Amino acid sequence: MELIFIPIVAAFIAAWTGKWSRWISLLGSIISGVFLLYFFMHFNPDAGVQWQWNKPWFSSAIHFHSGIDGISMVLLILTNVLCPLILLSAFHKKEDNALLFALIVGMQGALNGVFVARDGLMFYIFWELALIPVYFIAGLWGEGNRFKTTLRFFIYTFIGSLAMLASLIYLFSKTPDSSSFSYETLVAVQLNPNEAFWVGAGLLLAFAVKIPVMPFHGWQPATYTEAPAVGSMLLSGIMLKMGLYGLLRWFMPLVPESLPTFMPFIVGAGIIGILYAALIAIRQNDMKRIVAYSSLSHVGLIAAGIAVAGETGVQGGILQMFSHGVNAVGLFLAIDIIERRNQTRFLHALGGMAAQSRAFAVFFLVIVLGATAVPFTNGFPGELLLLKTVFSYHRVWGVMAGITIILCAVYMLRMYQFSMLGESKGTVFNPLAWHEWVALSGIVLLIVFFGLFPQLIMDISAPAVKQLLILIQNTKGVMS
Amino acid sequence: MGMLFIILLSPLIGFLFSGIIGKYLPEKITGWISSLSILVSFVLSLQVFQGLSDTNGGPAFEAIGFTFLSVGDIFVDFAIQADRLTSLMMLVITGIGFLIHLYSISYMHGDKGFYKFFAYLNLFVFNMLVLVMGSNFLMLFFGWEGVGLCSYLLIGFWYRNAEYGKAARKAFIMNRIGDLGLLVGLFLVISSCKSLNYSDVFAAAKSGGLSTEMVTAICISFFIGAMGKSAQIPLYTWLPDAMAGPTPVSALIHAATMVTAGVYLVVRCNVLFEMAPAAQQLILWIGLSTSILAALIGLKQNDIKKVLAYSTVSQLGLMFIALGVGAYSAAMFHLITHAFFKALLFLGSGSVIHGMGGEQDIRKMGGLKSYMPVTYYTFLIGTLAISGMPLFSGFFSKDEILATVFTQQPIVWFLAVVSALITGVYMFRVFLVTFMGSFRGTETQKQHLHESPALITVPLIILAILSLVGGLLNLPELFTHDHAQWLKHWLSPVLGNAQDDLHHPSHSTEWMLMGLAVSVFIAAFLYTRNKYISHASVPEEDAEMTGAAKWSAHKFFVDELYDKVFVRSSESLGSTMNKADSGIFAGLMGWVSSGISYMSGLFSKVQNGRIQYYLLYMVIGVILMLVINIFI
Amino acid sequence: MNPDSVFNTLDISHYIYLSSVLFCIGLFGVLTRRNAIVLLMCIELMLNAVNLLFVAFSSYMGDSAGQLFVFFIMVVAAAEAAVGLAIIVMIYRNTRSTDVGLFDKLKG
Repeated sequence: MELIFIPIVAAFIAAWTGKWSRWISLLGSIISGVFLLYFFMHFNPDAGVQWQWNKPWFSSAIHFHSGIDGISMVLLILTNVLCPLILLSAFHKKEDNALLFALIVGMQGALNGVFVARDGLMFYIFWELALIPVYFIAGLWGEGNRFKTTLRFFIYTFIGSLAMLASLIYLFSKTPDSSSFSYETLVAVQLNPNEAFWVGAGLLLAFAVKIPVMPFHGWQPATYTEAPAVGSMLLSGIMLKMGLYGLLRWFMPLVPESLPTFMPFIVGAGIIGILYAALIAIRQNDMKRIVAYSSLSHVGLIAAGIAVAGETGVQGGILQMFSHGVNAVGLFLAIDIIERRNQTRFLHALGGMAAQSRAFAVFFLVIVLGATAVPFTNGFPGELLLLKTVFSYHRVWGVMAGITIILCAVYMLRMYQFSMLGESKGTVFNPLAWHEWVALSGIVLLIVFFGLFPQLIMDISAPAVKQLLILIQNTKGVMS
Repeated sequence: MGMLFIILLSPLIGFLFSGIIGKYLPEKITGWISSLSILVSFVLSLQVFQGLSDTNGGPAFEAIGFTFLSVGDIFVDFAIQADRLTSLMMLVITGIGFLIHLYSISYMHGDKGFYKFFAYLNLFVFNMLVLVMGSNFLMLFFGWEGVGLCSYLLIGFWYRNAEYGKAARKAFIMNRIGDLGLLVGLFLVISSCKSLNYSDVFAAAKSGGLSTEMVTAICISFFIGAMGKSAQIPLYTWLPDAMAGPTPVSALIHAATMVTAGVYLVVRCNVLFEMAPAAQQLILWIGLSTSILAALIGLKQNDIKKVLAYSTVSQLGLMFIALGVGAYSAAMFHLITHAFFKALLFLGSGSVIHGMGGEQDIRKMGGLKSYMPVTYYTFLIGTLAISGMPLFSGFFSKDEILATVFTQQPIVWFLAVVSALITGVYMFRVFLVTFMGSFRGTETQKQHLHESPALITVPLIILAILSLVGGLLNLPELFTHDHAQWLKHWLSPVLGNAQDDLHHPSHSTEWMLMGLAVSVFIAAFLYTRNKYISHASVPEEDAEMTGAAKWSAHKFFVDELYDKVFVRSSESLGSTMNKADSGIFAGLMGWVSSGISYMSGLFSKVQNGRIQYYLLYMVIGVILMLVINIFI
Repeated sequence: MNPDSVFNTLDISHYIYLSSVLFCIGLFGVLTRRNAIVLLMCIELMLNAVNLLFVAFSSYMGDSAGQLFVFFIMVVAAAEAAVGLAIIVMIYRNTRSTDVGLFDKLKG
């Protein structure tokens, strides 16, 4: 509850305050984080959904119903840790960007809303609400062909969202007396296979576009590339987790009847996407594009792992959502830092920065290693679990997915090498500013810490995941 | 047991120390402190070793840190152990590691990245210890990838040179290919044993809980991992390129420790490999072909470090031959002696390179004997040891392997002897061309020539002594009855009955084999001596080579083949997909949007702004409604 | 039904025919003529056709509500004529023309 409104209120204040905007946004963002910390301290993973807040909203059927369980908690932590860091990373932008900061912190509120929603329509509303700030961030502060790109992004996601809305409304009409959008009633709805297929397809379309899974990714590379750094961070770091979260929280429990039908497709599309995106990433010259495709590659694996609907896969997926968020934000941040200092982010024009800033070289290296899933970084345990899941789902798929660890090393190291190593191309690399230090070291600490102690995250989400899986398997008795 | 953690953490602390504040301290302090951190581990490892000699094998020491992962059927602790096998590896790693640290203080003197070098080196030792001390397969995998990473960092240590960076990436990526194999093996283990702990897995295997197919699949996957790390065909090409790193790195990582991780893995899993004869055959033949191929390539290389690199590949092949016939203790024996003499040779070559001001081409050297006597003598000992001079360490370890192979597969034995012969030839070639004859470098180099300082020569001398006497570890029964086969007995708790079915040849046969080995050694020596001393010939220039020599000098064009088949193809695939991506997926959206805008253009014609037309449409609409209402 | 009414001397259908014809004439004029003033007059004609129908039915049904509507319509029509003429005068001042074919500023 507080998590939603504090950032949004902060956003409204920040939008009008001109040069204090960045501080007010940061304050709002941190206060929200502090509330989350309070919740976290008193959080009991085994106690199911906590801090519920349930009030009728538009009508008696549509409630404002928020609550936090283990899965939500992990993603809330991700959101509320990363948003202040993202804000910090943009701190070099000054007075005339009041709106930018307001939008970022507003986004935080909307994302929190998505992750706590326990009511179908409320989920949909925040889902769309989260789209608005990032649309403006990409549209107003982007570069190149930004209007066309953001429009494309908007249309893609919007079509998906409408399909989701249609599915939700259909489910709603099937609830007893069409009385409630609440999660529990929606979950309890029984559908015949045909209905389940279409409802599932609608939900899946929305999530597949947002994740994005392979054939629905047309918006993604261009949007990541042309959006400003903060936009790319929000999109890849947090926003695409909405899609994965939706897949896990809404798609699978709501229409488990259709899961056996869709599972091979999700896994297949995810894994083909992994290889496809990784191969493309090898040939890119634009650093942001490399990260965009690597992101596509990584989320393909997460989607595949979650879709298998086993404890290992889902837990690995949650862990990897967290890690990927941290790593993606770190990578985009590093690229932004490079780009601001060199006026370019094209590999052939870069080189030799390691000699100019040792500290940055180390930070960047750790982030790259995290993304490459080297042991002792956060990328590793999640990837291990996901690969294991896919492997036990089907051996051939598993090995194909495993090739990602080779290809990922290829493109990540290529990127690091051409940008940081070799002879300098003569540009001056200004020392890191304080806010860059804070943001980078925050991310690096997260990478190393959760590389060593991934179990901390697993413990938060484990009971909730177990419950969810029981829900999927038993309530409707279709899954085996 | 806390001591194990101290052993593990001491290099890590050294790493953090050098990495964070090493930059602001004088070189000497950084260097000594990180060397000391390894010494601490070494001393404690000795203590562990001591402790293990009391106990009669058994599970030995164990220490559990924290739960790393616990999901579903995966439960992995961050746990370490030290049994007899591990303790040997620990001693090799920390012992040689410490010597190489000392050596590096002098060798890396004046380098801008001095502190960084020591930080990486410490990190490497830490990871290597994780690899050997882990008590489950995931820990092993941790160390496995970790050493790969350190290898990457250290090969590309002089990062301004793009070629070095490329070599580093090549090493990392080829290792990752192997890692994938290992990972698949891990998944197979999890799915079949529901555990990753060594003890559980081996117990399950022993109790017959695993089908032969499953064990074979696991073993082959593991061996693919070992291929990557231990540079076996087809994943060996990274190791010679890895010589781009500073020489102490080549000595520590690419000769003594990291590349032997594959051997360690197979020895550790001897229970599994014993159950999978098919996998053993694969190991045997891969090891054999690697051993011969690398030796042939080594014949014609002129970069002193490249020769040693190919020799390492070849010797690793020999170890895998031993593993292939199930002679685990022989493989471990050769691993240890190889660590001694190959580290010695690399450090010696480093000393030469140091003296020559960075020159690595043996054609430009010659006659260094008089300028660098200590290096000369130690290098000589190393050369004799590797070529199998009787009573030197290499002689015993090689002989042990060859004798075992002879009883099982005489053809393999013959080919392995050929490989040993070639080894002798190229090692003497390098040695003679470098140290004998007259100096062929430039005048400035000649002025510069000097014996290296004590920090370099002392480790050389220590290693030379070890290379000399290393054979004592596992003397064959021919020579002594009381202390014979010490290593084999030491390892017996780990190897269990894996060794029992190996029968040694009779004493007379063994004498015969030994005599043959000696004659092979002498033949190699005489041949090279004749060529390079009596005729004083110098290896020809690349352009003058023809036929087989050219193939050998160009490493049989394997790099080019890989480049064409794998690198180019995946790159072109990437390019095609890139085009397809912007074409199809972005294009698809473009078609949709242009279709929509075309339609809207059509409809906007209707909206011509003339009110009378609008009225007309309205009237038409009303009429239509009437018609529909009335007639339908 | 009110027998006294003068309207009753004729059958209701005649009124319907007449007002339909008038309405169609007005509609035809609105659609084809381009002079804005003629257009206004045609609209007036259509309104009056409707008025006639209202009155006829009011009498036929004996319900005065229809006549009430007629008064409303007349008032509105008068207002409309006043405003419409004023607009036309303004347009004429700007364009020196009352041809509605020229007024296509709303074109999409």
